[in-house]
Amino acid sequence: MDFQLLVDIFPQVLLDGLILGFMYALIALGYTMVYGVLEFINFAHSEIFIVGAFAGVEILLGLKGAGWLDGLPWPLVLLLLLLAGMAVSGLLAVTVERIAYRPLRSAPRLIPLISAIGVSFFLQDLIRLVESIWRNAFNLVYPTLDALNLRFELTETIDVSVKSIVVIVAALGMLWVLHLLVNRTKIGTAIRAVAEDQAAASLMGIDVNRIISLTFFIGGVMGGAAGVLFGVQYGLINPYSGFIPGLKAFTAAVLGGIGNIPGAMLGGIVLGLLEAFAASYLSLLTGGAFGAEYKDIFAFSVLILILIFRPKGLLGEIVRERA
Amino acid sequence: MLSVEALEVAYGGIPALNGVALGVDRGEIVALLGNNGAGKTTTLKTISGLLRPLRGAIVLEGESLVGAPAHRIVLKGIAHVPEGRRIFNRLTVRENLMMGAYPRHDAAAIAGDLDRVLTLFPRLEERIGQVAGTLSGGEQQMLAIGRALMLSPRLLLLDEPSMGLAPVLVEQIFETIVDINRQGTTILLVEQNAAMALAIAHRGYVLETGTVVLAGTAAELSDNADVRRAYLGE
Repeated sequence: MDFQLLVDIFPQVLLDGLILGFMYALIALGYTMVYGVLEFINFAHSEIFIVGAFAGVEILLGLKGAGWLDGLPWPLVLLLLLLAGMAVSGLLAVTVERIAYRPLRSAPRLIPLISAIGVSFFLQDLIRLVESIWRNAFNLVYPTLDALNLRFELTETIDVSVKSIVVIVAALGMLWVLHLLVNRTKIGTAIRAVAEDQAAASLMGIDVNRIISLTFFIGGVMGGAAGVLFGVQYGLINPYSGFIPGLKAFTAAVLGGIGNIPGAMLGGIVLGLLEAFAASYLSLLTGGAFGAEYKDIFAFSVLILILIFRPKGLLGEIVRERA
Repeated sequence: MLSVEALEVAYGGIPALNGVALGVDRGEIVALLGNNGAGKTTTLKTISGLLRPLRGAIVLEGESLVGAPAHRIVLKGIAHVPEGRRIFNRLTVRENLMMGAYPRHDAAAIAGDLDRVLTLFPRLEERIGQVAGTLSGGEQQMLAIGRALMLSPRLLLLDEPSMGLAPVLVEQIFETIVDINRQGTTILLVEQNAAMALAIAHRGYVLETGTVVLAGTAAELSDNADVRRAYLGE
């Protein structure tokens, strides 16, 4: 085994893991915030995420078609993409809640879950239908922004693309803003109050339905931003490509402790790192017996182990029952 | 100030209130007595909008409250300290208190009310940055009352403030309730501990199986033979 090689690729793998991890973290927030408030898994969140990616690609293709793409500075284009993705996904999440979940609020728990799975399929095929009519294709490629593909060679074996840095900085920025919003503002405190006790929150004069809509909006905004970053980072999207990242982000949310916001961030990063390290090191460490395709098996095995010993997740608290 | 008439409430078809009628005048402490299941908590929940009545009227200073959701009734100046305190365990004491002032936007007056609450409950000031779930039962009851006062309410609904507290703490809480009333807040008090409640109340109502069976001044009720036997343990 080439020990030097293992050391040499380490920073690269760490970087890949962080990119993936921050993306999972952004998506996981949507699951965990909604769960925190309603104790309900929004299975349509993977589609809300990928709709953000589609909003972004449409803006990019539109700019390209108009011949403006090369004229505009890339940070502006990126900002435009992010804002579009965030707005579309945020509004979609609010609409889905209003139409498909709110009427079922007092129904048994399984019912809104089924509704969410239905919305998930519906959105997948709706995106497919719309894009097929509009572009005659539903596998879309993000047009490249040349500046984002610039790579800096740090050493012979490690290089960093502008794109990677942008993804990490954008994700960190969003997580930070969310942290401030939830923990430092009145409306954020109201979200936490509603998450804990809806009836008591309404006795404070908090309009619980508005806070629930807001929670879906914030989750959708984070998911939409993740969608755009996903498109920019990996290039190819189709209506079904939200499913697997969504599932993994959901897992990340559970890993961190579902309902717990810092937990979702941590869970996402841990899962991203596990996956990246498994993808690069499994084959090297086992002499090729297990290839990179075993990364999910490895990552999820670790996850199962963690959950066996910490069933509430990494940061999940065992909440004391009220007296 | 508040008048409730012919209030009927049911839980999934099972009647809980069968025509409750009561009134609270400005500046009073009115006690609502009765056994478990008599409908005391249901009455408070219906006034504050957590439950919708089938029939009946709830009028606060000429304005009907029936049908309004809880978060709108709060805007009329009714604060409800629910049974079991229902403080936000994961929020700090300060955050809990600030949630009590949620619909208000007058920062200066809110700061004044925060001072007032912390003067009333010095223990809360000591614990202001602590997560509320770590407070003792008595402190949690203080927080629940303090949180309601942050609304600067015209009418305060108190549901079993003595529940689960040691006798010395109960006495302390009841003294504070009298203070709050003297400072100008009208109070409707639901209490199992009838002796304590009648000691501080001006008037009272006795509820049995969803109807008012007896009404009178605190002194009249304390002297009533049925009340003495059923609720004062004689």
